[in-house]
Amino acid sequence: MDISYYLYLSAALFVIGAVGVVIRRNAIVIFMCIELMLNASNLAFVTFARIHGNLEGQMVAFFTMVVAACEVVVGLAIIVMIYRSRRSASVDDASLLRR
Amino acid sequence: MNLALEVGQVGTAEAVQFFILAPIAVIAALGILFVKKAVHAALMLVSIMIILAIFYIANGAAFLGVVQIIVYTGAVMMLFLFILMLVGVDSSDSLKENLKGIRPVAITLAIGISLLLISLLSRAQISEQAPDLAVLNSEGNVEGIARLLFTEYVWAFEVVSALLITAAVGAMVLAHSEKSREISRTQRYKSVARFRGDSLATAAGLPGSGVYARHNALDVPALLPDGSASELSVSKTLQARGDVIDQSKFALDQLPGVNEADESSAVEREEER
Repeated sequence: MDISYYLYLSAALFVIGAVGVVIRRNAIVIFMCIELMLNASNLAFVTFARIHGNLEGQMVAFFTMVVAACEVVVGLAIIVMIYRSRRSASVDDASLLRR
Repeated sequence: MNLALEVGQVGTAEAVQFFILAPIAVIAALGILFVKKAVHAALMLVSIMIILAIFYIANGAAFLGVVQIIVYTGAVMMLFLFILMLVGVDSSDSLKENLKGIRPVAITLAIGISLLLISLLSRAQISEQAPDLAVLNSEGNVEGIARLLFTEYVWAFEVVSALLITAAVGAMVLAHSEKSREISRTQRYKSVARFRGDSLATAAGLPGSGVYARHNALDVPALLPDGSASELSVSKTLQARGDVIDQSKFALDQLPGVNEADESSAVEREEER
C-alpha cells in the first residue's frame, strides 16, 4: 500500500463533508460537516509531512486544529443565539431578508 | 492511470490497519449525510475523529494524534453535544428537500470536487521518496514540534493565542442573555396571568395526561368532556420527540349524548336564523 492512499481517503472525507454542508439543513449538522472537512485536510497535511520527511505539515495541522476550535466556539454561540430568537436550528428558517 | 503516487510503501501492519479503518471512516462520513438525528451524526463524527487520530499516530504524528483525541473528540464534540441538548431533541430534520434543485447541485459538487482532487493527486509529481518515520521524528515528535513552534512559528503561535481569546470573549458576548433583568415570573404573577388570559380553560392548570380506563401513561392525551383528545395534556417534549400515541385513536367522535345534543342545538340555531 502506498502512502498516498491516505491522501485519497482525505479527499473522500473532504468531498463527503462538502456535500453534507450543501444538503443538510440542521445548522449543527452542517457544522459537523465543516469539522469533517477540516479533519480531512489535517490528514492530508500530516501525510504530506510524512512524505516530505519534515514536521512543517504537522505544524500546519496543529494550527488548523486551534482555528477549528475557535470556529466551533463562535459558530455554536451563533447557533444558540439564532435558536433563542427563532426557536429553530434549521438554516432554512432563517430567511428573514427574503420576505 | 496509476493512482498511487509511489512515494513509498507502508508496512503490512499499517496497510491492514488502513484497509480496516478507512472504509469504516468513509461509511461513518456517509452516515452523517443520511442519518436523521443530529446526535447520531455527532457519534459518527466522533468515530471518524478517533480513526483519524489513529492514522495520525501511524503517520508519525503522535502529538497530533493525542491532541486530536483530547481536543476534538474530548472538547469539541462534547461542545456539540451540549449544544444539541440545549437546542433540543426536536432539531432532527427530515431529509426531504424543500429547497428546490439542491440535490443535483450536491451531486455535481461531489463529482466535480472528487474529479478535481483525484486528477490532482494522480498527476502530482513528488520527486523524493518518503523517508522512514525515524527521519521525521529524529529528535522526537513532541520535541521537534516544540522547536518549530517556539522558533520559526512563534509569531503564528502568538497570533493564534490572540485568536483564541477573541473567540472566547466573542462567544460569551454572543451567548449572553439579559434574562436577569426581566420581571421574574413569580407564582403570583403566573396565577394572575392564568385568569386574565384569553380563556379560562386552563385557569385550574393544564389537564393531566391520559389517566383513564384504557391507559394511564404520560404519552396518551387526556379526553375532554366532549370526547376530543386534549393536546395540552401531553408534555411538549414528548410531542417534539414524536413519542405520543396517536390522539385520534382515543377521540370519541360518536359519543352519543354530547354530539347529538350539539348537532340538534346547531340545527335549532340554524332554524332560528
